[in-house]
Amino acid sequence: MSVRNSDWPDRLFETLKRGGIRQVGYVPDAGHARLIDRCRGDSEIHDVVLTTEEEGVALAAGAWLGGERAALLMQSSGLGNCINMLSLARTCRFPLLMLITMRGEWEEFNPWQVPMGLIVDPVLKLCEAEVYRVNKPGEVTGAAERAVRHAFGGEHIAAVILSQQLVGKKVWTK
Amino acid sequence: MRLDRRATMATLLAGRGDDLLVVPGLGSTTWDAMAAGDNDRNFYLWGAMGGAAMIGLGLALAQPNRRVAVITGDGEMLMGLGSLATIGTQRPRNLAVIVFDNGVYGETGMQPSHTQSGVDLISVARACGIGTCLDVRDADALADLARRLGNLRETLFARVLIAIDEPPRVLPLRDGVALKERFRAAIGIKS
Repeated sequence: MSVRNSDWPDRLFETLKRGGIRQVGYVPDAGHARLIDRCRGDSEIHDVVLTTEEEGVALAAGAWLGGERAALLMQSSGLGNCINMLSLARTCRFPLLMLITMRGEWEEFNPWQVPMGLIVDPVLKLCEAEVYRVNKPGEVTGAAERAVRHAFGGEHIAAVILSQQLVGKKVWTK
Repeated sequence: MRLDRRATMATLLAGRGDDLLVVPGLGSTTWDAMAAGDNDRNFYLWGAMGGAAMIGLGLALAQPNRRVAVITGDGEMLMGLGSLATIGTQRPRNLAVIVFDNGVYGETGMQPSHTQSGVDLISVARACGIGTCLDVRDADALADLARRLGNLRETLFARVLIAIDEPPRVLPLRDGVALKERFRAAIGIKS
């Protein structure tokens, strides 16, 4: 299936909808802007803007306790903010679906993004997350569908990594 | 005269009804909730410090026809202070966040917390847009809080000033998977 370069956030949104996601926590990120807009515009989804990403790990746990599926959108730097709270998901086996846009790995202009960007994969591995990396628009749907199944099928942590190659380098928009 | 934490918890949870879901925070409030009587509709926290209020928010959004009470300590609330801002943006009608404030970190040797230096959690909650913020300092105010919790109609925040003491620990189940599964089963969610 061919996917226009700019359409992948819509494919992600459709996958979340098909997966029955009812709560979406996010710290705003330019790479997720379109997906956040879609979630905010959907009356069946509680869109929850967070002050820090670790709040979303707890939100998703509460959602599952109450029988709902949640997703957590963040930039790679936000993963670092989650590490201890991920113990909640790991200890209690809460399903956790994370969609992570990468910074600090490809044509990055801001060196302050690099340290966390460099350790996203090993951190996820150490936290027992299954990682689905996406480099091309045509891979988005398949990866996201597998991540949804992995997270909610077996109560696991699944992370879709949206690479900087896919998202594109950050452009100042003023 | 500050309130006794165990008696306060017992008052809040007396005759609680099947529609009350309780998330006690890491540490003393988890022991307090267990001491008030074990219940499958309690999701005790043995970790996740700073996460209690957000677990409550996710639960309240998922279960709009049930009441959700997060009952936690000042230290645990301070670690998740931003979650009050997040709750302020959502304001679910069925969520109460109740903080037992004794001004110390009781589990680690009674070191002073920020509230002892004047950080006022009620002002924080109010500034975050939570409409009903109660300052509970005596038995009458506690009875009022218990009534409001029993008939919850809007997001509620309460700070309960409790005495500094360390009653014997009453420990609930520690297995997080089991706590999660019994909670979900109790409210009729199929695995």
